[in-house]
Formats: sequence, structure tokens, C-alpha cells
Amino acid sequence: MTATAPPFVGLPADAAAADSVPPPVAPRSRKSLRARLLAWVRNGGVPTLVMFLPLLLTFGYFAWWPILKSLILAFQQTDLINDPSWVGLRNFERVLADPLLWTAAGNTVWFAVLALLIGFPLPILMAMVMAELRRSRQISSVLVYLPVIIPPVVSVLLWKQFYDPSSSGLFNTVLGWFGLGPIGWLQDPALAMPSIVIQATWATAGTATIIYLAALMSIQAELYDAAEVDGASILQRAWHVTLPQLRSVILLMLLLQIIGTMQVFTDPFVMTGGGPENRTVTLLMLIYNYAFLSGDFGKATALSLMLAVVLSVISAIYLRLTRKWSES
Amino acid sequence: MTFVTTTVRAIGKQKAAEESEDRSNVSALDRSRRSVRLTTRILAVVLIACLVVVSFGPLLWLFKAALSTSQDILKYPFEWWPSGIQWQNLPDAWSQIRIGQYLLNTVWMAAGCWFFGLLVALTGGYGISILKPRYAKVVNAGVLATLFIPGVVSLISLYVTILDVPLIGVNLVNTYWAVWLPTAASAFNVLLVARFFDRLPRDVFEAARIDGAGVFRVFWSIVLPMSRPVIGVVSLLTIVGSWKEFLWPLLVLPSPDLQPLSVGLYRVSDTAPTSLLMAGMFISVIIPIALFLMFQRQFLRSAGQAGAIKG
Repeated sequence: MTATAPPFVGLPADAAAADSVPPPVAPRSRKSLRARLLAWVRNGGVPTLVMFLPLLLTFGYFAWWPILKSLILAFQQTDLINDPSWVGLRNFERVLADPLLWTAAGNTVWFAVLALLIGFPLPILMAMVMAELRRSRQISSVLVYLPVIIPPVVSVLLWKQFYDPSSSGLFNTVLGWFGLGPIGWLQDPALAMPSIVIQATWATAGTATIIYLAALMSIQAELYDAAEVDGASILQRAWHVTLPQLRSVILLMLLLQIIGTMQVFTDPFVMTGGGPENRTVTLLMLIYNYAFLSGDFGKATALSLMLAVVLSVISAIYLRLTRKWSES
Repeated sequence: MTFVTTTVRAIGKQKAAEESEDRSNVSALDRSRRSVRLTTRILAVVLIACLVVVSFGPLLWLFKAALSTSQDILKYPFEWWPSGIQWQNLPDAWSQIRIGQYLLNTVWMAAGCWFFGLLVALTGGYGISILKPRYAKVVNAGVLATLFIPGVVSLISLYVTILDVPLIGVNLVNTYWAVWLPTAASAFNVLLVARFFDRLPRDVFEAARIDGAGVFRVFWSIVLPMSRPVIGVVSLLTIVGSWKEFLWPLLVLPSPDLQPLSVGLYRVSDTAPTSLLMAGMFISVIIPIALFLMFQRQFLRSAGQAGAIKG
């Protein structure tokens, strides 16, 4: 902290950028290091730094350092017992040579696609109906959000019970009322993943619904008023006013859902452990297996980096598209 | 960058919306038409009925299963206690599959995540938004950057860091520090608090400084009392978040004596009798649900603002 920058700046938040313009450097560089240090201390530099310490230490150790460490680990052979050795791109080659990689990648994409099909439009529709409710909006919000509060492991174990393959399982009993089943929900290789996606949608759709509802409630009333004066029906207004106004939120939720589902772990891990026939092994489970079952931390980190690059590309595409659309 | 600014802008918008007049798609004029009134009424009833069955039904079933014999759970999923209510399940689960121990561990884990999460978010937000030394911009950018980098990048390397913390050389595995400290490094919480502080009036801090209050004094006597709303939001997010945590405690707390409910339930799920497992699961959802029902408005408001960024 120099004399030109007092510890508290009496500027509104919007002018914050202006305050960060560095003061002229020339006169300062002529002062001795000692004098500058003294000035820094006199201006309250030490207590300010102390205030930053919790953030700097936790982020330094547990956020910034691990990111750098990933870039090191991915190029090393290490089992954490013997000294690590540099192996260049060998970890990446070994990951790509693993036949299970393509299974896991396929499963993960399949999970993401199913989750979009089953779980993406539903919260938008629910929020649009809930926005029209008056007295029952609060109770429906509470009901919608209730599954989100339940710890994921409990939710998965509960649904695992519902998916009991015997004819007296909960879902199979319902099917039995219609003369169908019983179905081996989690035992059938084709059905296991959709079953997991249904559970995952149940557990997470509430968050999206509440976010859409909040966005819906912030649409300016004048837009609806104008459309109504022009004779647009309720459905026309939903299509021409509500959805376009939600566009940026919808796109953001789409991106976040894709990034989230590509990193799915708990649901398949607890529900099926990857089976049947490896049909529910996901990329993050593969990373877990490399590191914690095989003790191959280099290979695991290499796969993490590859997945992260794919996710970053998806985010970059999203940014590109949204920027283009906001210009047009 | 756009990604966060969109979200932050969305947060601002939602704040404003709560104050503005309430008009959704269907107007008062529409509602004067009988067909519209009838349709919205029917839609509302259908929606709420579906939500009760789909959202609340599974919890009700869990309550039933928690007090049933294993036989009843497996054979009669839709009957209310054909063999009578088994109150004994709850104390049995508490002691036999050690749900009591796991619950205590979860509370302790959540308490630490709450304390360190608040400590980092409040001091960091204060530094970035109010103190603003020259390096604040760099710190802010560093915090923002971690939001963009997918969590999967640092899963393995974070574990390796926990095994041997650089410079200090300690192994944090099987200590709660291994959960508390990494969770506290939450970019989302820091930015949430910093944006909240941005909106506080600057002249109050200026006046306090002129009156001779130091950095700590201003923090303790002015900033903290003014930040009650944001402390509430961060508290709810961190407590419920740590209650839901699974993969990370599974990795860094291999000792069953230390594991929280989520990990403990997973570990016993294959061996424990179904009735006790269900009773344990029921015990483990009571506290989060009670918190949610008590603070539903705060939860829903922070979910509307915050949920977007958590994925």
C-alpha cells in the first residue's frame, strides 16, 4: 500500500475500476526498498495483508497449487511411494490405449444426453406454470426444492430400493398393476443408465426450476402488457415474450448442466458401481479407479486434464455463441 | 468472464425483481375469462398433485420403511406396516450400524466447513471489495479463475496435496482439516460476499477510518453487523453443501470412526439389514429437511441467485 492509495477508497462500486489504475511509477522507484516498506506498514499494509491471509492460504494450498500440480502430475509416473519420474506424454498414451476409456466416454455422453432429454425442458415448463400460481407458489416451490435438500447418497440408496428387480419391488409393483414387468431396472444393460438418469433428474431438477422461476419473475411487466395490447394470446406471449427473455438463463443452465453431467460420479458409483457389463462406468469413475484402485496417479491426472480440456472447449463454444447472439 | 458477469447480472436482476410489481404472463384481464381461470386452476392442481407424489412421496415412503421390518419393506412396498410399527429400528440403527457416530461426525464436519467457509469468504470479500490494496485485483482474478476451471482438474492433485501439504509437510488424511480447508476455498462464496460488500455505502467506512478505527475494528464493528443477510446465505449454502458431500470425504476420511453419514451409509449399504439402513437414511435426512422447512424463504432465494454457479 502506497501513500497514493489509502486503505479505504470512498468510491461507489461502479468506479472501482478507476481506483485500480496504478499511480505513476517513476517517483516511487527512486525511493529505497526500506522507505517503501516503511510507508507500506505506516499505511496499514500489515493488517490488510492479515485480512487476506485466510483466503490466500486456503486458495493457495487447496485451489491454485492443485491446479499447477495437475500439470506436473500428468507428465509423471507416480504411485506416491517411489520417487516420481518424468514420462512425457506416456500417461496420455496409456489412457488413450485403455479400451474402457471409450466405453466410459460413451456412457458419460449418453448420461449427459439422457439428462438433457429427460431433465432439461421439465424445469422450464414447471417454472412457467408456477409463475402463474398465486397462493400456492410458495408451497409448490418448497415441494419442487425438497429433493435437492436430500443428500445424494440417501437419494440414490432410496431409489436403488425402488428399482428392486423382484416382482415386489416398488416400481415393479406399479408395473404389475398394469400387467407388466417385472423389470430388472439396474440389471438390464440397456435400462441401467436411463434408470440412473431418472433418479439424478429427480434429485436435481428443483434447483433449475427455482432458478428459472426467479428469472421469470424478473421479466418486465411492460413486455407482457405490450404483447397483450397487441392481441397476443397467452401461449403466443409464452413463446414470443417469456422464452426469448429467458434465453440467456436457459443457455447458461444448458452449459452448467452439460459441465455437471460430464463429471457425474456419485449416482452411478453408488447405484450400480459401474455395472452391468460396464454400461454405467463414467469418466470420473475411471479416474477414481486409476488413482484409488490401481494407484496410478499420473494416468488418473492425465485423464482429468483431457476431460477438463473438453469441458473448456464446450465453455468456449458457449461463450462464442452467446457473444455472437448478443451482438446480433 | 461473460459467464460470471451474466450470473452476477442475473443476481442483480433478481434482487430488483423482488421489489418490482408482480405481473407474469397471465394478466388480470385474462383471469377475468372463465376458461383461463379454469385452465390455470386445473394446471395448478395437477402440478401440485404431481409434486406431492413425486417430491414428497419418496420421503413418506422412507418414513414408512424406516419403521418397518426388512420383510415388509421388500415384500409390501405399498402397505402401511403389515407387521406393526418397528420403533426399535431407530435406536438399533443408531447403535448397531453406528448412525449416531456418523451423525455426530457429519455435524462436526459441517460445523468446521461453516466456520472456515465464513472466515475465508468474509475476510476475503472484505479485502477484495472494501480494503482494496494493490494486489486485490490479482487476488480477485485468481479467485475468479478457479470458478472457470472444472473441478475434475484438481481432484487427484488435491488429494496428493492433502497427503503431503507443501512446505508444512503434514498428512491431513483422516483429519477433518482435509475437508474443512478445501471446502473453505470456495470462489463462489468469496465472490458472493464481495459483491454484497460492493453494495454497502462507502462513506460509513470512510467515516470510521477518519474516527481512527483500524482495519480489524472496522471489520468487527461495522462490516460484520452489516453483513447478516449474506452470512445467512453463505451459512445455508455451506452447511447443506457439506451435508451432501460424498466423494471427497470418501477419499480423505478412510477411517470409519471419522466418516460422515453419506460415506457411512454407502459403506454399510451392502451389509446392513434393509430396515436398519432405511432407519439410518431417515435419521440422516431429518436435519437438512428441518433446516429447509425453517428457512425455506432464505433457501429458495439463495437457490434462485446462487444455484446457477454451483455446477
